[in-house]
Amino acid sequence: MSTEFLISIGIPILLIVIGRFVGSSIERHHYRSIVEREARFSGQPALSTKQSDAPDAVRSASLAIGSVVISVDHFKRFLSGFRMIVGGEVRSYSSLIERARREAVLRMKESQPNAHAYLNTRLETSTISSTSGNEGTGTIEVLAYGTAVHYDRAP
Amino acid sequence: MILTNIDSMPGRRIVQHLGLVQGSTIRAKHFGRDFAAGLKNIVGGELKGYTELLQESRAEATSRMVEQARALGANAVINVRFTTSSVAQGASEILAYGTAVLVE
Repeated sequence: MSTEFLISIGIPILLIVIGRFVGSSIERHHYRSIVEREARFSGQPALSTKQSDAPDAVRSASLAIGSVVISVDHFKRFLSGFRMIVGGEVRSYSSLIERARREAVLRMKESQPNAHAYLNTRLETSTISSTSGNEGTGTIEVLAYGTAVHYDRAP
Repeated sequence: MILTNIDSMPGRRIVQHLGLVQGSTIRAKHFGRDFAAGLKNIVGGELKGYTELLQESRAEATSRMVEQARALGANAVINVRFTTSSVAQGASEILAYGTAVLVE
């Protein structure tokens, strides 16, 4: 009886503890990689406008796409459960969304790494539901797409 | 076939508009991937299996759209949009649509 109780309480707590430590280490690692790659693409802006004010003529244009599916760890999912009771900003999910968006934009740029600019960049977010009920909570897909343009000039 | 998501083709002139073209696909996740994703859910981070699945579906939807455009005699599709909608639990539809045009 008491071992059954321990198991039924212990496993969720164990998952939350694993999520707390492994999850935050994965997140830190991911942020570091995002910052590093963003620095590399700093001269090739992703614009949300349809026209760029660059004076050069456009040599070629093509579609660039990047997407990522990302999920939060158990610890943050657990925290957000409390937040649902009292209301207010769910901070534990903000980092999830931010990471996913920045990663998607980076992948869009990486799909056409030599473009000078990415026009009309659109971001689209969709949630992914699991076949086994609400296990997929906190899993999102972000798609970034835009028109990669090359100007008539040296890169 | 050139694709852009703006309403012109930079550097080229549009000769003729040939109308709306679209391609879509509905994909279900398979059990193995779902299980692996369930484990990855504990620690969070990227679910690579799903990323790949959705990328494949999007490529499929795009190629169907391109096929339609080719049948109309177009050589480019402008103003391409992507949308995703979940049709049922565990299945999602991915739609790509745009305007088929003839550029010089």
